[in-house]
Amino acid sequence: MAITDPPKIVTSRLGYDDSHTLERYLATGGYEGLRAALARTPEEVAAEVDAASLLGRGGAGFPAGRKWSMLRKNPVTYLVVNGDESEPATFKDHLLVERDPHQLVEGVVIAAYALQVTRVFIFLRGEFALGLERVQAALNDAYAHGAVGRDIFGSGFSVDVVVHPGAGAYICGEETALLESLEGKRGFPRIKPPFFPAAIGLYGDPTVVNNVETMSNLPWIMTNGGAAFAALGGGRSTGTRLFALAGHVANPGVFELEMVKTTFDDLINAPVLGGGIPHGRGLKAFIPGGVSAPWFGPDQIDLPLGQDEVAEAGSMLGSGSVVVMDDHTCAVRAAWRITKFFSRESCGQCTPCREGSGWLERIMERIERGDGREQDLDLLMDACDNISPGVAWPPQQTTICVLGPSIPSSISSAITMFRDEFLVHIKEGGCPYD
Amino acid sequence: MTEPTPVAAPRRAALAPAAPGHLSADIVARARELIALYPEPRSALIPLCHLAQEQDGWLTPEAMVDIAGLVGVTPGEVLGTASFYDMLHTEPVGRYVVAVCTNIACLLGGAAELLEHAEHSLGVGSGGTTADGTVTLEEAECLADCDRAPCVQVNHRYVGAQTPESFDRLIGELRSGARDTEIPPHGTLIRVRRTGGLAADPAAVAEERRAAAQARAAREAAADGGGA
Repeated sequence: MAITDPPKIVTSRLGYDDSHTLERYLATGGYEGLRAALARTPEEVAAEVDAASLLGRGGAGFPAGRKWSMLRKNPVTYLVVNGDESEPATFKDHLLVERDPHQLVEGVVIAAYALQVTRVFIFLRGEFALGLERVQAALNDAYAHGAVGRDIFGSGFSVDVVVHPGAGAYICGEETALLESLEGKRGFPRIKPPFFPAAIGLYGDPTVVNNVETMSNLPWIMTNGGAAFAALGGGRSTGTRLFALAGHVANPGVFELEMVKTTFDDLINAPVLGGGIPHGRGLKAFIPGGVSAPWFGPDQIDLPLGQDEVAEAGSMLGSGSVVVMDDHTCAVRAAWRITKFFSRESCGQCTPCREGSGWLERIMERIERGDGREQDLDLLMDACDNISPGVAWPPQQTTICVLGPSIPSSISSAITMFRDEFLVHIKEGGCPYD
Repeated sequence: MTEPTPVAAPRRAALAPAAPGHLSADIVARARELIALYPEPRSALIPLCHLAQEQDGWLTPEAMVDIAGLVGVTPGEVLGTASFYDMLHTEPVGRYVVAVCTNIACLLGGAAELLEHAEHSLGVGSGGTTADGTVTLEEAECLADCDRAPCVQVNHRYVGAQTPESFDRLIGELRSGARDTEIPPHGTLIRVRRTGGLAADPAAVAEERRAAAQARAAREAAADGGGA
């Protein structure tokens, strides 16, 4: 494995200080992809995205082209863009909305044209105050430029794009909770199947929900062709992808890498990427795809950054965030903090998640504090089993949405990989790392 | 068989005020512009809560009554929705809400120690407001700025990774007003302005929604027939 040098598909402008302006965008090929799209039929545009095999970049990794084709039989009413990036240690969409908002707008209009929708909502995390300003400013400029609004570039196609602010709730990243929130309600995920947003979405109408990064890939695909995109990466994981690297690395940040061709080892240790673990410490564990994902140990560091490859190894590439823990990290404390997060963010609809997360958090907290009992390990796994029977991967589900079955990942990973560490906490009555 | 009790007429019409009395004319004008962007007025409920916080610093009961009237729900529905969301404050907060993320990436970067320092330095626990009403301290979940850990936001503006020393300087600058240009008062939409309304044909949107409703009714009818 080696670090390849693929074209920068979504990060090509980030070297410029004014990457968010229309002037810079137009000077660097901006809105050419949209012009190319409008010169073709909506079906041809959708086919081009199909050819790219672009997997959704939000976390679930569903092919965007197929998501659209499920809808082509029936008219779609709304396109909703999911920019509610809240998965812990994921910060790629934050970068895209602040630094290249026109690329997002262009992608959105291309998708709207392919789907023939006239109303798009970009749901942005409320905490992205600057991102909200930048995307609205980009839209204002794009309307004035004729790239959004009525009769775009004289094509006869019209679409309105509305920026909608969230208000702070992790669960709104789940697409049906996002739609509820967009309807002005509490972010309660909807029961599905049978009806996904494609059938019953915003206001009960057919709706496509796509992630910010997914949309941001579309201008390049229209300019360079789906085949050029599909030639990058490997297997089902085509193209490049943004990886958000955080935790114990010398050089944390967002890196655009060719999928499959690069490994976790490259990402974490290559001098031009993560730069390795500082202070001469070793690797204890890493989380490969957001805190809902089971952890990996040093043995798995040579795995390629591919969706199927990571799934086969028992975890997920998820939201593209990688958290590195060095060998001075307390696994109990790390897993406790992740559990606390889920407990705070459970929407409260389903008993296993609402009660289970709080129960697990309290047990984890007392073990970390030094008041744990040896039976607590079995108790933890038993409570996890009630939320997600079998505590396996991919997880079984007893709840409306996948937040519940995400809770056991960190606990079962920590117990499986670092059982002795739990026992030391219990026997010594405290955290050995304090 | 007893006759079903007649259902009372919805009370919301009686509860909704005729005109907003608390929110300023400017905020109400912006609220009406936002409402016009959505097919259903209630979709503007959360954006309107952000506008109300811009005016009052928090979501007051009076503002919730106005919002209810503007979007056509009861004040209880506004509170019931707003109370779900971390950014909507149904109790007063300080002039600056200082959010310290302690989630996993920041935890690994020393966030728990930073939060402990902040609590001592400000003399309030997480969720508390300083006696002078300047700062409300919050322990936040991931704020998506993980390469600058531990991450801090003030009124939802990123201020970069903080050490205990830089945190104290930051608080000093907030108190002296030195950061006022960079960090505006409350309201995540305070610097967001849409310069135009909707341009696509509203009739086209209505037609699409009508077709969707028809398709849904047909599907439901087919499902009912299949189940019988």
